[in-house]
Amino acid sequence: MESTPQFIGRSLYDLDDYSADEIMYILEAAKGMKEINLREYKKIPTLRGKTVCTLFVEDSTRTRMSFELAASRLSADVVSFQATVSSLRKGESLQDTVNTLNAMGIDLYCIRHSSPGSPQLVHKYSGKPVINGGDGRHAHPTQALLDIFSIWERLGNLKGIKITIVGDILNSRVVRSDLIGMTKLGMEVTVCGPRTLMPANMEQIYGCKVEYDLAEALKDADIVMGLRMQLERMTEGLFPSLEEYSRHYVLSKETIKFAKKDALIMHPGPMNRGIEILPEIADSEQSIIVEQVANGVAVRMALMFLILGGKL
Amino acid sequence: MTTLIKNGIAYINNRFSRRDILLKNGKIQRIAQTINVEKVEQIIDASGKYVFPGFVDIHTHLRDPGQTYKEDIASGTRAAAHGGFTTLCTMPNTEPVVDNIASVDYVQRRAKDLGSAKVYVIGAITKKSEGLEISEMATMKSGGIVAVSDDGNCVQNAKLMLNCMRYATNFGLPLIIHAEDYNLSGNGQINAGKVATKLGLSGISPLAEEVIVARDIMLAENCGAKLHIAHISTARSLELVREAKERGVKVTCEVTPHHLLLTEEACLNFDTNTKMKPPLRIEKDRQACIKALKEGIIDCIATDHAPHADFEKTREFDHAPFGIIGLETAFPVLYHYLVKPGYISLERLIEALTSAPVRVLNLPENTLKAGNPADITIIDLDAETTFTPESILSKSKNSPWMNQTVSSKVLYTFLEGRQTWKAE
Repeated sequence: MESTPQFIGRSLYDLDDYSADEIMYILEAAKGMKEINLREYKKIPTLRGKTVCTLFVEDSTRTRMSFELAASRLSADVVSFQATVSSLRKGESLQDTVNTLNAMGIDLYCIRHSSPGSPQLVHKYSGKPVINGGDGRHAHPTQALLDIFSIWERLGNLKGIKITIVGDILNSRVVRSDLIGMTKLGMEVTVCGPRTLMPANMEQIYGCKVEYDLAEALKDADIVMGLRMQLERMTEGLFPSLEEYSRHYVLSKETIKFAKKDALIMHPGPMNRGIEILPEIADSEQSIIVEQVANGVAVRMALMFLILGGKL
Repeated sequence: MTTLIKNGIAYINNRFSRRDILLKNGKIQRIAQTINVEKVEQIIDASGKYVFPGFVDIHTHLRDPGQTYKEDIASGTRAAAHGGFTTLCTMPNTEPVVDNIASVDYVQRRAKDLGSAKVYVIGAITKKSEGLEISEMATMKSGGIVAVSDDGNCVQNAKLMLNCMRYATNFGLPLIIHAEDYNLSGNGQINAGKVATKLGLSGISPLAEEVIVARDIMLAENCGAKLHIAHISTARSLELVREAKERGVKVTCEVTPHHLLLTEEACLNFDTNTKMKPPLRIEKDRQACIKALKEGIIDCIATDHAPHADFEKTREFDHAPFGIIGLETAFPVLYHYLVKPGYISLERLIEALTSAPVRVLNLPENTLKAGNPADITIIDLDAETTFTPESILSKSKNSPWMNQTVSSKVLYTFLEGRQTWKAE
């Protein structure tokens, strides 16, 4: 396996910049990477001498670890810059930070930031390829790729597969990227949540179905994905209580009956057990939530491999 | 200084006719088919060029005092001259806010000493524009303000706003409102719609503007205040204004070039030069603005010239400040995108940039007429303008039209007979 010119030096801001074929190429590469991750010695020398920087301007231990592990397993050097938006605001700007990092010879940036569009800015400042590790509510393409990889690996195909995503659609960058990638590959996506947590114009933008009733939304679903419900949405006046939310939208043995028998259960994590999903479902045979995490490393390895021109 | 403008196509009485115009002692001395004078210091051959009254912008932020790294009175008025403007009305949201007579004096004196345009001052409605207490409007009026506004802010308390209207009316001052309900706009960055959903940016609902437009029309109707709505941007707001005008409410409104020409789609690439308040709306709203401008529901065009430094704008979208510059781009982009393709007439555009704003704020007459001040701009509609950071005279370069080329070019601007701009 080796990278091809169409990927080398290219940024990943969101999946709309990548064709269906290109996405499938990434998934194929991820398959190879997954095999490496199952070895006793989980490391290949392909990116030796390259430097990957994880630039996280928003807390996320899990995603950062996943990126850093991915880089290490390909033998790239990894440096990590962590800051909070407030510290960046007070002191140096994102531009100054990137200028400083760039002077140290970074080859690839993986960025997490609360501001939509900031990966594009990092590329503008640095001239280096950037992988978006989540920018505000805008996009989280590596999560979408690992979601799609997990489904593809389990079901063998994607066309015509029906997935229902339930929860706080309004604040979810995962949903936005999932919708772009999944619909591009022929999946049928239904999003479900209360009206106050549903952004405007979803059908027109993404060609998905919008349902406000869980039973209706789950009908015929091959896959059900829950999203993290955050307490702070309550103070924003978007819903009255977690309990009431849970009563209408929780994924439980009871509600999952509306989906297809043996429907796969997914969740981008971290889960609020007992609120959007019950342990009986999260830990069930149907659940591939843990696999998603493992696949995340493989997908991120594949991207770094392709972008930095690796060879196997 | 005498200047003779020969053979120009002059805008007189809302019509165009070929005329010679003689400027002397700061005034328009004569307008005639042919003027031949022996002693004249400058003769401009304006054959095939248009001669307009100097443009009037009733919504300008010169950032002086307090934020002169963005703009100051000298640079801002030079930018005005470059754009064909000879009269500006400055918004009071400087640092400190123009809410007292000393600040009014400062702006007027600086403009007089350094200005390449006439500057009329707009005072704050409330102290520090905080929306808590009425400012000393009457004292500022005696110092020369032409209106009051808390632009950039919006008085949220309806009872206080009613009192401000009654008080301003007592002293014959029109009120200019920036209509924004803070609870509805929240942390919004762009119009609440498709693009906000796609980009994951918080939206500013059109309702944030419309409920205040509705509220202030009702308040003004109640107390007889003269209300001017700044930078109107939605179809529903325009319906409200139309209904109010039909009922005889003393309400006027303005539209910016960007709300006439751009929509939320412009935000798709996270260009912070498409971030302003009110936000760029959707095509339906843009079309409604053009229609309303044609029909006179919108009285005039104002730039909302809002300079911000590059380091402020070149950053994360949701941390960048709102606003774009407008004085130098206004006429060329409006001519290029609205007049040339035939959406509005050149006559209406010029009216909306000259006599209409004068009428809205009751400013001194500014038409091409013997005896009037020689505030004039000469424009070549067949030439082109390319906006570049070097060509823009404003200290700030935050424009969505940067590096674009459009038809028409401002050749000369005269302020009371003094040449304030001449193209290379």
